[in-house]
Amino acid sequence: MKISPTITVAAGLSTGADKRHEDGQMLRVRTTKGWTLYDPRLAWMLVAPVLLLLIIFLVLPIAVMAVYTFFTFVTAGVETGTLTTANWHEFLTDSYYHGFLWKTLRVAAMTALLCGVLGYFPAYFIWATTFKHKWLLLLLLIVPFWISFTIRTFSWINILGEQGVINVALLKMGIISEPLPMLYNEGAVIVGLLHFLLPYMILNVYVSLESIDRTLISAARSMGCTSAQAFREVTLPLSLPGLAAGLLLCFVLAAGSYVTPQLLGSGRDALFGNLISDTIMEQLNWPMGATLSIVLFVVLGFFAAIYTRYMGMSQIVKGLGG
Amino acid sequence: MMKPRQMKAGRRNKEGRWAWRLTGFVTLCVYVFMFAPIMATVILSFNASMFGGFPITGFSLQWYGKLMANEAVLAAFRTSLWIALVTAIAATAIGVVTAFAIVRFEFPGKQTLSTLVILPALVPETILGVGLLVLIKAVDQPRTLLLLVLGHILLAVPYVVLIAQARMVGIRRVYEEAALSLGASRFSSFREITLPLLVPAVVAGAMLAFTISFDNTSASLFWRPAGVETMPTQILSMLKISISPEINALGTVMILVTVGIPLLGGLIMQSLTKLSRRGETREEVQ
Repeated sequence: MKISPTITVAAGLSTGADKRHEDGQMLRVRTTKGWTLYDPRLAWMLVAPVLLLLIIFLVLPIAVMAVYTFFTFVTAGVETGTLTTANWHEFLTDSYYHGFLWKTLRVAAMTALLCGVLGYFPAYFIWATTFKHKWLLLLLLIVPFWISFTIRTFSWINILGEQGVINVALLKMGIISEPLPMLYNEGAVIVGLLHFLLPYMILNVYVSLESIDRTLISAARSMGCTSAQAFREVTLPLSLPGLAAGLLLCFVLAAGSYVTPQLLGSGRDALFGNLISDTIMEQLNWPMGATLSIVLFVVLGFFAAIYTRYMGMSQIVKGLGG
Repeated sequence: MMKPRQMKAGRRNKEGRWAWRLTGFVTLCVYVFMFAPIMATVILSFNASMFGGFPITGFSLQWYGKLMANEAVLAAFRTSLWIALVTAIAATAIGVVTAFAIVRFEFPGKQTLSTLVILPALVPETILGVGLLVLIKAVDQPRTLLLLVLGHILLAVPYVVLIAQARMVGIRRVYEEAALSLGASRFSSFREITLPLLVPAVVAGAMLAFTISFDNTSASLFWRPAGVETMPTQILSMLKISISPEINALGTVMILVTVGIPLLGGLIMQSLTKLSRRGETREEVQ
């Protein structure tokens, strides 16, 4: 999500790396004794800091949480190390949790689909326009990333609230006599999520449109395709990887959201993230909180795995970096 | 360049033109959707009304005055600023070095590592947030400012790595190797050759890391030590009490800071690239 969206990341794209590696060894270079120029040991030293961070903040927490799911909850804030499957049993049998999971997946799927439909048009427009200042349109999509997420979310209160633009305008015009209750419901949560996720989708689709060889479209046209046919047969299929990456990204980020439902939804619109936070911070039921976190992690991981199975990681990488 | 909508053909074109108009219209709507709430917030911050909403009753700067006198907000602002500065510096250093290792070196587990590195950007912050709390509870450690900062660094690193990687791929290693064969040490070849060529990525990465940290809400809610408020958590707790016009003023100030800094950085970057234009062109010719 940074300035040049045409970035091509070559995570494993070290073409000819092995050959070069040998070249490197042939160089007479002052390296530490016994070390080659591109010595794996040096590489490990370079990645040591990031590895340490990943272990402390990602690998260990998830491992410890996985263990915690089997701990026994005694009372708020207290648990014992006696192993039990009670937490999993509770999660698997209590429809309260199933409801949350189902609602979260539904809201995330709706958000992702809406993002896909609404985001494709601007991406296509920016790609195809002859407008000279295309970069400005792209910059305007990146600017929201710079504006505080909290501010962007609460600013919807100024639009949808009882004293928001829409209600005040409609009241003034005499179309309605009572303010419409547009805030603090699921619709408002979805609007907030859309607002947060649309730039991700547009940039993802744009990046994959940008990588299409435009002569293919001219070829289709010269063979007698109408512009609609050319779009359907050439442009759309070739942009699907970006669309798919955008859908996954929007789905995962929406399903993990926490602040948006809290600010724009009522208590009933809480999502799984709010449930986790509530279980840990309010009920102080750590084993159950850990269980719910692992559930969300596994469910989202499942969707990401299906995606990578068919698409690979590279498109997501492009979308995040571009 | 051939544009799909420039094709000429009598009757068929009509349908295409309508489709194009529709595309333009939806695009416009999306841009309005993106910016209307932000505009409303900026406008309302100058509203004289006692309530944080429409209609506009007059122009006033009183909310900015109130904001400047709000000690809690100023303290949160300072905290966030420091955390974001430290995060930007550390995440950039770590990210650039990681990208260097991933692009230039072959080592076992490289593929796994490069996937693992971007995970913090994909795993929901709630999970990361709760996860660390469970971990430190298990080893009986308190929440500290250091952990909060390290956490922010982890959240920013994926983006820095991606940006630096993309740029690094375009810098041929022969430059570094030439310096090495002329007797430069590993470190000085990196400092004298690679780093200067990486400047645009370093600046972009640092700025993104700054905004990611400055903006981080969910994870900070879990990680912050007792009594410490960052700007976003402060805003959240203010919103819990009431929606006062002060928050609109605060939002406007935040927008000025977070949009102004990258734009300024972009300008600096542009003048830097102009300065090093000669090196640039040579590199791009390859």
